[in-house]
Amino acid sequence: MTRSTARAATADQDLEAYGAMIQIRLFEEELQRQFLKGLVHGTVHLCIGQEAVPVGVCSCLRPTDVVAATYRGHGAALAKGVDVAAYAAELLGRSTGTCAGRAGSMNVIEPDVGLIGSFGIVGGSIAAATGAALTLRHRDGVAVAFFGDGATNQAYIHECLNLAQVLRLPVVFVCENNGYGEYTALEQVTAGDLAGRAAAYGTAVAKVDGNDVALVREAARVAVEQARAGDGPTFLECATYRHLGHSRSDPGAYRPAEEVAKWIARDPIPRLRKSLEESGLEREAQRIEEEERERVSAAFDAAVQAPYPEPGEVSEYA
Amino acid sequence: MSELEFRDAIRQAIAEEMKRDDTVVLWGEDVAAAGGVFKATPGLLETFGAARVMDTPISELALAGGAFGAAVTGLRPVIEIMFGDFMALPMDSVINQAAKTWYLSNGRQRAPIVVRSAVGAGGRFGAIHSQNPATWLWNVPGLKIVGPAFPHDARDLLAAAIRDDNPVVFLEHKRLYSIKHRAPTWPRANIGQAQIVREGEDLTVVTWLKGVHDALAAAEQLAAHEISVEVIDVRSLRPLDLETIIASVSRTNRLLLVEEGPALGGWARGVLGAIAEHALESLDDAWVLATAEHPIPYSPPLEDAFLPGAERIASVVLDRAGVAVASSPGTVVERGGVR
Repeated sequence: MTRSTARAATADQDLEAYGAMIQIRLFEEELQRQFLKGLVHGTVHLCIGQEAVPVGVCSCLRPTDVVAATYRGHGAALAKGVDVAAYAAELLGRSTGTCAGRAGSMNVIEPDVGLIGSFGIVGGSIAAATGAALTLRHRDGVAVAFFGDGATNQAYIHECLNLAQVLRLPVVFVCENNGYGEYTALEQVTAGDLAGRAAAYGTAVAKVDGNDVALVREAARVAVEQARAGDGPTFLECATYRHLGHSRSDPGAYRPAEEVAKWIARDPIPRLRKSLEESGLEREAQRIEEEERERVSAAFDAAVQAPYPEPGEVSEYA
Repeated sequence: MSELEFRDAIRQAIAEEMKRDDTVVLWGEDVAAAGGVFKATPGLLETFGAARVMDTPISELALAGGAFGAAVTGLRPVIEIMFGDFMALPMDSVINQAAKTWYLSNGRQRAPIVVRSAVGAGGRFGAIHSQNPATWLWNVPGLKIVGPAFPHDARDLLAAAIRDDNPVVFLEHKRLYSIKHRAPTWPRANIGQAQIVREGEDLTVVTWLKGVHDALAAAEQLAAHEISVEVIDVRSLRPLDLETIIASVSRTNRLLLVEEGPALGGWARGVLGAIAEHALESLDDAWVLATAEHPIPYSPPLEDAFLPGAERIASVVLDRAGVAVASSPGTVVERGGVR
């Protein structure tokens, strides 16, 4: 799909997408700072550079639709509507967190907004969303699985593409193809074409520039409408890039500098900002950015002040 | 009162729960049109329709992962992993998704899934159609593990498993599908309650699934030697009813645990450890009869030699009694957890 075939997005849609993307970016940048201060524990996997994919896809969903995210899932969680303050508190392990500090970055669940999980094992989100579609097909609902290119080498994707296609389930498989499975380049460990694998099951396939939120949104709109109409799943491959390494311990040094530079030049957020400015929406964009900066900053300020869970609560809900 | 066949008990429980609650669904390989390879689910497709009773691809990971996604969004899937050995395939979803979501979500997301599976040896199915995966899953908090020995218990425990708001692994021993029994004298089974199925004074035998029937047959033989054996069917490994076992050994002072599976990493040694920890003063003797540390063989004489049947239970008890009589307490070799 090219931009000319995409429906012209309204200014409101673009501004909304900008707000959602900048929220994720600011949230993760602040998360990184909190990590360096020692307030975020264990590890984190940042999606900086990939924000257009979850934002474009989730903008096509209803609150009652369901999303299964990955361990690089901050973008999907925020785009689906997880409360920023509760999410910040969760990642800091506080009692006011989304899961009262029990889940942490890789495992957040927020049933109230349809986030059925963030899955710490590559590919786990795929079956969870496929299963949710088995429920949602009776409720006019749609489920979305987010996963990386690395997950296309797991059994999950092949088993679930087959099952979803055979049952025409209302699920959208969103492959965030950032070119690397953890530390290893995709082409080094992957045969053939990712979308081609889905096509082999008869599944509808779309490949888009995952750093252009309007293109992602348009492709997702088609996929979600098809799913809701009972016409089955779509495999939506979004080409994108993570600006940073796999996790906090990975500087990403295995990636050629020119490759990183090329992708940073295609950063989806400045791209959208530029297009908003060209449309005369600079002031609105700036206002939204400031609002989000304030929201994220307040969220982390509150999280830092929030109490840790009581050790005596450790065995609740066992 | 009429007899109930084990496989009918399974079907009845599913049918009754599907009638009672239209969110209950049954998915698995050959469970619908074929009625299950052990014929435990015939007629359910015809009664409840294809939207609720579904034959799936041979994709255990998608089946279990799909059940997870369906369960957290409002269905109550009963899935069948055809043979217990195949449990190796859906482990990620069962262990890392279903078992953990209730705790990780701080009690906000439930995964009401029942994972049924046919387990156990004795049918000449060979090494990878005869195992019991219970102990692979036993150290996963968040998974209840249930295994009935009698048809009526099977019906009641499966109904309870389906009504449970969190995942239950429900194991059906292949050698029990065709047994028929009248209603037992004991109360309706609940998950997490062991049951004394034969009272005795000299020795407590703790086991489950087919082991219960072997222990009962052994108890009959031992009665002829004036050894009075109490038999406890644990019925569930998690939760584990230690109280019933402790109360029994506090009377009999001797404990034999019979496991159709290897002793290392097995539940029998685990239970023995718990009894030693909590009731060491009640134990004069305690030991485990388990299977050897190698895969399950196919050929009938080999498989028979491998399994702890009634004859072996009776003979190890007689040996042990002989040793115990011949030696003074404290000198017997291999006395697990003895003072």
